[in-house]
Amino acid sequence: MTILFTDARLIDPEAEAETRGWLLVEGGVIRDSGTGAPPALPKGATQVDCAGKCLAPGIVDIGVKVCEPGERHKESYRSAGLAAAAGGVTTIVTRPDTTPTIDTPETLEFVLRRANEAGPVNVRPMAALTKGREGREMTEIGFLMDAGAVAFTDCDHVVRDTKVLSRALTYARSCGALVIGHPQEPGLSDGAAVTSGKFASLRGLPAVSAMAERMGLDRDIALLEMTGAAYHADQITTARALPALERAKANGLDITAGVSIHHLTLNELDVADYRTFFKVKPPLRAEDDRQAVVEAVRTGLIDVICSMHTPQDEESKRRPFEEAASGAVALETLLPAALRLYHSGQLDLVTLFRALALNPAKRLGLTSGRLGAGAPADLVLFDPDTPFVMDRFKLMSKSRNTPFDGARMQGRVLATYVGGAPVYTKG
Amino acid sequence: MTFAHRHLLGIEHLAPSDITAILDLADTYADLNRQSDKHGTALAGLTQINMFFENSTRTQASFELAGMRLGADVMNMSMQTSSVKKGETLIDTAMTLNAMHPDLLVVRHPHSGAVDLLAQKVNCAVLNAGDGRHEHPTQALLDALTIRRAKGRLHRLNIAICGDIAHSRVARSNILLLGKMENRIRLIGPPTLMPAGIADFGVEVYQDMAAGLEGVDVVMMLRLQKERMDGGFIPSEREYYHRYGLDAEKLACAREDAIVMHPGPMNRGVEIDGTLADDINRSVIQDQVEMGVAVRMAAMDLLARNLRNRAAA
Repeated sequence: MTILFTDARLIDPEAEAETRGWLLVEGGVIRDSGTGAPPALPKGATQVDCAGKCLAPGIVDIGVKVCEPGERHKESYRSAGLAAAAGGVTTIVTRPDTTPTIDTPETLEFVLRRANEAGPVNVRPMAALTKGREGREMTEIGFLMDAGAVAFTDCDHVVRDTKVLSRALTYARSCGALVIGHPQEPGLSDGAAVTSGKFASLRGLPAVSAMAERMGLDRDIALLEMTGAAYHADQITTARALPALERAKANGLDITAGVSIHHLTLNELDVADYRTFFKVKPPLRAEDDRQAVVEAVRTGLIDVICSMHTPQDEESKRRPFEEAASGAVALETLLPAALRLYHSGQLDLVTLFRALALNPAKRLGLTSGRLGAGAPADLVLFDPDTPFVMDRFKLMSKSRNTPFDGARMQGRVLATYVGGAPVYTKG
Repeated sequence: MTFAHRHLLGIEHLAPSDITAILDLADTYADLNRQSDKHGTALAGLTQINMFFENSTRTQASFELAGMRLGADVMNMSMQTSSVKKGETLIDTAMTLNAMHPDLLVVRHPHSGAVDLLAQKVNCAVLNAGDGRHEHPTQALLDALTIRRAKGRLHRLNIAICGDIAHSRVARSNILLLGKMENRIRLIGPPTLMPAGIADFGVEVYQDMAAGLEGVDVVMMLRLQKERMDGGFIPSEREYYHRYGLDAEKLACAREDAIVMHPGPMNRGVEIDGTLADDINRSVIQDQVEMGVAVRMAAMDLLARNLRNRAAA
């Protein structure tokens, strides 16, 4: 299938350029692109007139929870795939914090089989770093890589035992595996529902100091110095953790960091009167922290923006705040929420797609995330300006726990292509 | 007298005029409660359900008595022994009770915000009898009434709140209420028992008890909430008593006519000297209990008037 996109606003994070032009897709890969007049339409090709709308590499989302196996009523590979396609996400990098944990090659193979049967987008699975995410014994990292694991993480379970983590990192390094950590001092953050401060005290909720993130990051960085492993911090959400990250990068450690879209666009006060859809992990931070993290994305200190898509059913959210489950769905709101930062003038589109597509793909060794010739034709066509009011019951996800319900947003996906094939077109 | 609220969930949402309205009405009920015929009819025909998801003796008894004196049908449900143990969620419990058409629901719950959540799901008026570490509005109101009756006013007083602020919903509601009524509030306690960001609440924070009590009109002691502590906030009870327990010597730093308050139940010899607690010249602890019934009668009366007005409209 050959497609010629014309009159597109091309967002190319690799070339760090935003140009008006055309892009040719052939056999599932990007053949060529350019500015000015498009080439003659090849025989049998389809022309897509973008009418000046944005064409960007599809989003590569590290840390999506699909609730298979275990809780398919919350999210299946089918529903997650549809949600991703509707959100302009062309590759989901799935989390192993399922029931049971994805910690053996056998469960990983099951997951991949399900993913390939059901989903319209690319699925790259992660596997647990330790068995059962219990922080005691490392998983079969080598076998799991052979089976297709792109990274190893215990998700929000911090490996408390430093010796266990140092061995896992050492071993992972020998396999060339990427380890994804959740920087958080587990003793301090035990039982916390919000970030400590005036708001937490007013609401009387158990809270964790923002400092717990830096303490966790400091420990992990020291271990990287010891072991030389490749490491990605899943979410850096506080100003105080940023200097440590900056030093580690300057010292040449193989470290990158991400941040969830919620920590970039919401703050602790959004919890208001105990709104559990705003309960995420780590908890939402103070406005100063949010601003600092947005700036870190702009400078490139934080490499990756992710959705941290975490489906929860109504039952697990309709509880007192402390008891309620953490997490929010975000595959479909990731792009419009990120565009808030574009509309506020803080980040341009090239910077956004560097963090949404190029950097995550590079970190995982994928060839997508770019518009250069030879890259897979994973693309998103979107209008950054269309305003709409978010209605959670229109989401494709099986779970509707979005903090953006009723929010005014700007920017909608018009079409999503995976390997040159349209997987979503706005009706 | 207007009180335009459907529920009484916290002090946070009340205006100073709301607070005064409740206290004024409570004053009349305090007088009624001292007569031999204590019966009113403000809640006649209404059903009051007390749902306590956490142990309580005095608050539950106080609400029960308040409802009965005003003619309500009162039912107590001890939620610790009920279907909650069988896994029913808070919302389901609330919906079940709602179907029985109560008019007033008095709720205590161990989690902050749980009473707010419940109030969103039911049709009746909900009174918060304490939720987690969040609020305990009727306690703050009864404290305010006690202070107003003892001091003749409820503004421009120096009030010290001492002890375990971090775990105390009583402290939060009192800080909000006394601040709204324009008093100077001092918080005294070890830093481990102070919530984060407390200095932003418009209060003065002291770690030294003698300095904090200097010249205050009211000394409000808090109970050390052993059941909410997951270890290691203070080295020992005897050291705590030595540094932060109220005794005659420390009280001497306060004004000569300063009153001593405690929400109960007291840990004698931990946060307060037993003799001092019983000193009728200084301690108003028994008055607090008495005012508790009056304040709860007033709060339920005002909410019931709104219920009837809504039904009539």
